[in-house]
Amino acid sequence: METGNLADVTIYIALVVSTLRMATPLILAGLGGVFSERSGVVNIALEGIMLISAFMGMLISYYTEAPWLGVLSAVASGVLVALILAVACVRYKSNQVVVGTAINIFSLGFTGFMLRKVFEHAGQSPPVTKVADWTIPLIHKIPVIGPMIGKHTPFVYIAIVAAVISNHVLFETKLGLRIRAVGEHPKAAETVGVDVFAIRYLCVLLSGALAGLAGASLSLGFLSQFRENMTGGRGFIALAAMIFGKWTPYGTLGACILFGFADALQILSQTLGLTFIPRDFLLMAPYILTMAALAGVIGRSVPPAASGVPYERQK
Amino acid sequence: MSSTGKDLEQPRSKMLYISREQRIELLIPVVAVFLALLLGALLVIFIGQSPIKAYSALLKGAFGSKRDIAETLINVTPLIFTGLSVAFSFKCGLFNIGAEGQFIMGQIVAAWIGFQITGLPTVIHMPLAFLLGALAGGLWAALPGYLKAKLGVHEVINTIMMNYIALYFSHYLLMAALKEPGQIPQTPAVAATARLWRILPGTRLHFGLILALGAVCLVYYLLFKTTLGYEIRAVGLNPHAARYSGINVSRDIIIAMTISGALSGAAGAVQILGVQFRFLDLFGFVGYGFDGIAVALLGRNHPFGVLAAATLFGTLARGAVTMQSMAKIPKQIIGIIQATIVLIVAADEILRRLMKPKETEIQGSQDAGEVELGGDR
Amino acid sequence: MLNKAKGIPVVEMHDITVKFPGVIANDNVSIDLYPGEVLALLGENGAGKTTLMNVLYGLYRPDEGEIRIRGETAYISNPNDAIRLGIGMVHQHFMLIPPFTVAENIVLGVEPVNSYGRLDMDKAVRDVEELSNQYGLIVDPHAKIEDISVGMQQRVEILKALYRGADVLILDEPTAVLTPQEVDELAEIMRSLVDQGKSIIFITHKLQEVIAISDRVTVLKQGKCVGTKETQNTTVEELAQMMVGREVVLSVEKQEAKVGETVLRVDNLHAKGPRNLPALRGVSFHVNAGEIVGIAGVEGNGQKELVETLTGLRKATSGHIYVDGIDIVNSQPRTLIEQGVAHIPEDRQNRGLILDFTVAENFIMRNYYKPPFARGINLDYGTIHTHAKQLISEFDIRTPHENVPVRSLSGGNQQKVIVARELSSEPRLLVASQPTRGLDVGAIEFVHKRLVEQRDKGKAILLISLELDEIMSLSDRILVIYEGQIVGEMTAREATERELGLLMAGGRSKQGLDAERSAVNVQHR
Repeated sequence: METGNLADVTIYIALVVSTLRMATPLILAGLGGVFSERSGVVNIALEGIMLISAFMGMLISYYTEAPWLGVLSAVASGVLVALILAVACVRYKSNQVVVGTAINIFSLGFTGFMLRKVFEHAGQSPPVTKVADWTIPLIHKIPVIGPMIGKHTPFVYIAIVAAVISNHVLFETKLGLRIRAVGEHPKAAETVGVDVFAIRYLCVLLSGALAGLAGASLSLGFLSQFRENMTGGRGFIALAAMIFGKWTPYGTLGACILFGFADALQILSQTLGLTFIPRDFLLMAPYILTMAALAGVIGRSVPPAASGVPYERQK
Repeated sequence: MSSTGKDLEQPRSKMLYISREQRIELLIPVVAVFLALLLGALLVIFIGQSPIKAYSALLKGAFGSKRDIAETLINVTPLIFTGLSVAFSFKCGLFNIGAEGQFIMGQIVAAWIGFQITGLPTVIHMPLAFLLGALAGGLWAALPGYLKAKLGVHEVINTIMMNYIALYFSHYLLMAALKEPGQIPQTPAVAATARLWRILPGTRLHFGLILALGAVCLVYYLLFKTTLGYEIRAVGLNPHAARYSGINVSRDIIIAMTISGALSGAAGAVQILGVQFRFLDLFGFVGYGFDGIAVALLGRNHPFGVLAAATLFGTLARGAVTMQSMAKIPKQIIGIIQATIVLIVAADEILRRLMKPKETEIQGSQDAGEVELGGDR
Repeated sequence: MLNKAKGIPVVEMHDITVKFPGVIANDNVSIDLYPGEVLALLGENGAGKTTLMNVLYGLYRPDEGEIRIRGETAYISNPNDAIRLGIGMVHQHFMLIPPFTVAENIVLGVEPVNSYGRLDMDKAVRDVEELSNQYGLIVDPHAKIEDISVGMQQRVEILKALYRGADVLILDEPTAVLTPQEVDELAEIMRSLVDQGKSIIFITHKLQEVIAISDRVTVLKQGKCVGTKETQNTTVEELAQMMVGREVVLSVEKQEAKVGETVLRVDNLHAKGPRNLPALRGVSFHVNAGEIVGIAGVEGNGQKELVETLTGLRKATSGHIYVDGIDIVNSQPRTLIEQGVAHIPEDRQNRGLILDFTVAENFIMRNYYKPPFARGINLDYGTIHTHAKQLISEFDIRTPHENVPVRSLSGGNQQKVIVARELSSEPRLLVASQPTRGLDVGAIEFVHKRLVEQRDKGKAILLISLELDEIMSLSDRILVIYEGQIVGEMTAREATERELGLLMAGGRSKQGLDAERSAVNVQHR
C-alpha cells in the first residue's frame, strides 16, 4: 500500500475495520460499567474481570474445542468475579475502589499463575479454536460497505446489539427506571418499595457478564490465544468511555467508537501519512478527553449521584 | 457507633490503654496476611507441590545470602515510597490511585537530569536528580488535586486517567527528545555523579533504602508532629470540622496530593538513580504504584505500618523468583496472595463481625444519646 | 367538620417503644387517627415524631407495641406493607429523584407497562394528569424534579402517595422548606384531601400551623406522649407549655449583669438558607460585653443561618457584622477566630469535633497553628498535653486520659470538650448554639454555670436555643427570631413565657393573634 494515498479506498476499509476491532471490547466492558455505576457501584475491576474471562474462555475452548462454550464460561467467570465485588461492596459496604483494585491485582496473578500451571509456559497460551466470523448475508457483497461491516467476529455485532438492548433496558423498562433510581437516590427508591440491594447485586453481576464477554472477545474473537495482561488497560479505557458517554449506553457506544477510531488512526498513522500527529497523543486522547469532560471543559459529565456510596439500610 | 463507656469508668495506665476496637484494628492486617499465606499454601498443594518446601524456598530466596538480602531490600525500597504516597493521600481522605503515573514521571525526569547534566559534583547532582524526579511526580498529582479541590471532580478517575497519560507521554518524550542514539528505546545512562551510593559492598544495595527510611520518618513527622499534618488529618477525618476550625480545606487537598505524588515520583527517581540508571521504554505499568495501594492498606496508612507492609511485599516478590526456579511454583502466586490481603483488609467488615461479640443490650445512660433523633438525616 | 367520635380509627398505634443504642426514641407512645381528620403531631426536634411515623411507614421496626389499621392488627415491616395498607408518607427531605420527571417519580415502584413489558410512560402521564385534576394538585408530569419549585415537589410527593392508593397521609414537617405562600397552598390542599375522605397526620413544631390546620393534636416530648387535645379546645400557650417544658426545672444563679461596651453589632444582615431561599431578612442587634443575649425562636426561623454567618461558615448576601468595631462580614473562619469569636456549634459531632482525634488534639482545633501549641511548623505535644490535662480537670471531663479518641466519650463529655476548648481561648464573643441539646441534667447545669461565669468575666455571649426556659433563665436580654427577622426584644426580667411564645409563633401581640386565629377558623369552616 502506498503511503499517504488517501484516494485508496482500502485505507478507509482498514480504518473502519480497525476501529470496530478496537472498539468492540471497550463497548462490551463499557456497557458493563454503565449498569454497575447506574446502580451506584463504581466498578474499576472491569480490567481484571476482562482478563480473567479472557483466560477462562481460552481455557475451556482449549479443552473442549468448542469456542462458544468458552464464551459461555468467560461470561460465567465474569459473573463469579463480579460476585466478589458485589458481596464486598453491597453487602459489606467496603470501599469499591479498593476492592476493584484488589480484583485487578488478583487477575494478573491468577492468570499468570494458571498459565504456568496449565501450560507450563509464561507469556501466552497455545492457539485455541476461536469463534468463527459471521458473514452478514447480502451486506457483505456491497462494495466498500461490505468489507467494512459485512464480515466480522460475532463479538462486533454482539457489542452493537448489546448497546441497543442496554439502552432499551435502562430507559424503556421498569427495571431500568429502578436501576437509575437506585443509583441516584437509593433511599427514595427504597421508600417506594424498590429493593436497593437486589438491584445493585443484579447490576454488578450483569456488569461482570458484559466484561466477561469483552474478555472473551479478546482471546476468542480477535485473537485465538491468551496473552499475559492482554487487556492492556482496556478496562480503564472502557471506564473512560462510559464517563465520556455520560453513563448512557449510546453515549458509551459513541465514545468507544471514537476512542477506537483514535486507536485505529494511531495504528494506521504510517499508512495514512499522519506522522505529523505523534501516535502517543492519539493514544492519550481518550484520557485527556475524559478529564476534560469531567472538569466541564466539554459538556460536563456528572456521575449518578449515589455512585460509589455504599447504601446503609435503616434499623 | 459503639460506646465503650464502661471501659472509661476506670482510668488505666496510659501506656496500656488499648481499646477493643484498636486491638481488632491491629489484628485485621495480621489475620489477612495469615489467611492469604494459607491460601497460597493451598494453591501450592493444588499444583502438587509441598507448601513447606515452597515457603522455605521463598525465605531462602529472600534472605539466603547477603546478595539475596540486598536484592530483597532493593525490592522493598520503591514500595516504601509508593506505599507512603498512597497512605499520605488516604490520610487527607483522598485516594491517589495514580501512584503509577507519578512514578513514571519521577523516572523520566530523574533520568533526564541524570544524563543531561554533567560536571556537577555528586553531592549536588544526585540530590538534584532525586528531588526533581520527586517534584515531577508531585506536579503530576497536583492537577487531580486541584480539580478535586476547585471543581469537586473525584480524584480516583482523574488519577487513573493520568496514569495512562503518563505512560504515553513518557514514551513520547523518550522518542522525541531523550532517546540515546541507536535502536534500543532507552535514554543514555545517567552520569556517575547522579547515581545513588552503593551502601553494601558486593551488592547492588543503594542509598535509596536510606532515603526511603528517611521518608518514613519524614512522613511520620509531617503527619503527626506538624501543624500541616494536623490539618491534613483533620481534613481527612472530618472536612466540616476542619472548615469550622479555620482550615483552608481546598489548599490542604492540593498540598496533600502534591506530597503524595512527590513520594511516588521519588520511588521512580530512586529506581532510575539506584538500579536501572536509564529510563527504559515502558510497555505497560511496572506495578509499584498499584502495589503501593496494597502496601498502604495493609500498613493501615501509618508510616511504620507501611514500612512493615512494604518489607513483607518486597520479601514475597524477591522470594517468589527463587521459589519459581527452585520449587517450580509460578511466581504470580504472589499477586494472588497480595490481592487476597487487600481484599480481606478492605472487606474488614466481615472480619469485624466475626470477631465482635453480639451487640449487648442497649445502654441506658442518657447522655450517650445522639444530638438528633427522629431520623432527620 | 366531621364528627370524630364516630367510626373506628383508621390508624391506632398502641404503646410503641423504639430504642436506639443508648436512647429510647419512642417510649410507650400511643396515637390514633380517625377517618377524615387532620392530626397534628407536635414536638421539638428530637421528640420522636419522625421515628414514630417511620414505624408506621415500615422504615423502623418497633421494639414493643401494636399497630392497628382500620381495627385490625397490622405488621408493617417495610414500606411496601405500609403502601398496601393505604398509608403514604411525605418525608421531610423529599424522596424524589432530581433528574427524573414528575411522572417517573410518581410511578416509580408501581410502573405501568404495556403488553410488551415496555414501560408505558404515556399511561403514567395520563394517570398523573387524572390524579392531579381530581385532587387539584396541579403539576407538569413532564417537568424534571430538579427544575421545579419546592412547593411543586411537595405536590409530587403527595401525588406519589395518592397514586399508590393511600388514604392515610403522613406529612413530615411539610412546611419546613416552604415559602409563606406555599404554606397557604398546602393548607388548602390538605383541606381538599380531607374533604375527599383522606386522613392526615402531619408532623410539625410550629404552633400556629397546628391551630390553623389540625383537628386534633398529640404532643410528644423526649420520646414520650404528653397528651392529645382537640384543637378547638386548646391554645397556643397551652401547647407551647406542653411542648417545651423540661421535667427538671433548672434555675441558674446569677448576679446582675455588669454590662460593658458593645462587642458584637449586626447590621441589616441578609443570608440565604436551604434551596437558596432567603433565611435572614435584615437582622440587626448587638451584644455587649458582660451580658448574655438569648435568641428565642422555633426551629428553622433562621437561627442556623445566623450562627453560620456570624462565624464565617456561610456567606451573607448583604449587611454588616462588627466585632469590636471591625467589620468582619464574610471573613474566613480563621479571621473570626483571630478576632476572638468562639463558637459552640449546634452539630457537635459533625462540626464541633473530630471524633477520631484524641481529646488533646480536639482541644487545639481552633488554635493549633500558633503558640504555645505550635512552634514554627512543629506541634509542641508537651504543651498540648499539659493544656489538655488542665482542661480535663478544670472542666471535669470524664476520660481515662487525654489520648483517647473523643469518639469514645459520652455525649455529655464530648460537649464539655467543646465548651472547654472554646472558653479556654479567652474569646471576646461566644456564640453558643444549642449548647445543652441532648445532654443530661448534670451536664446542662455544668454548661449553664460556665456560660454565666464567662459573662461575669466580661465576655459577650450570644445564646441560641430552642429551649425557652434555657433562654429565660440564662439571658439578660432576649431577642425573638421569626422567619429570619428579629420580631421582638425584651429584658429577661420583663419577659414571660406567654409573651415569648406568642412572638415565636409569629404573633405580634395577643390581640393580633386572636384576630388571626378567628379569621383562620372562619376560613376553615
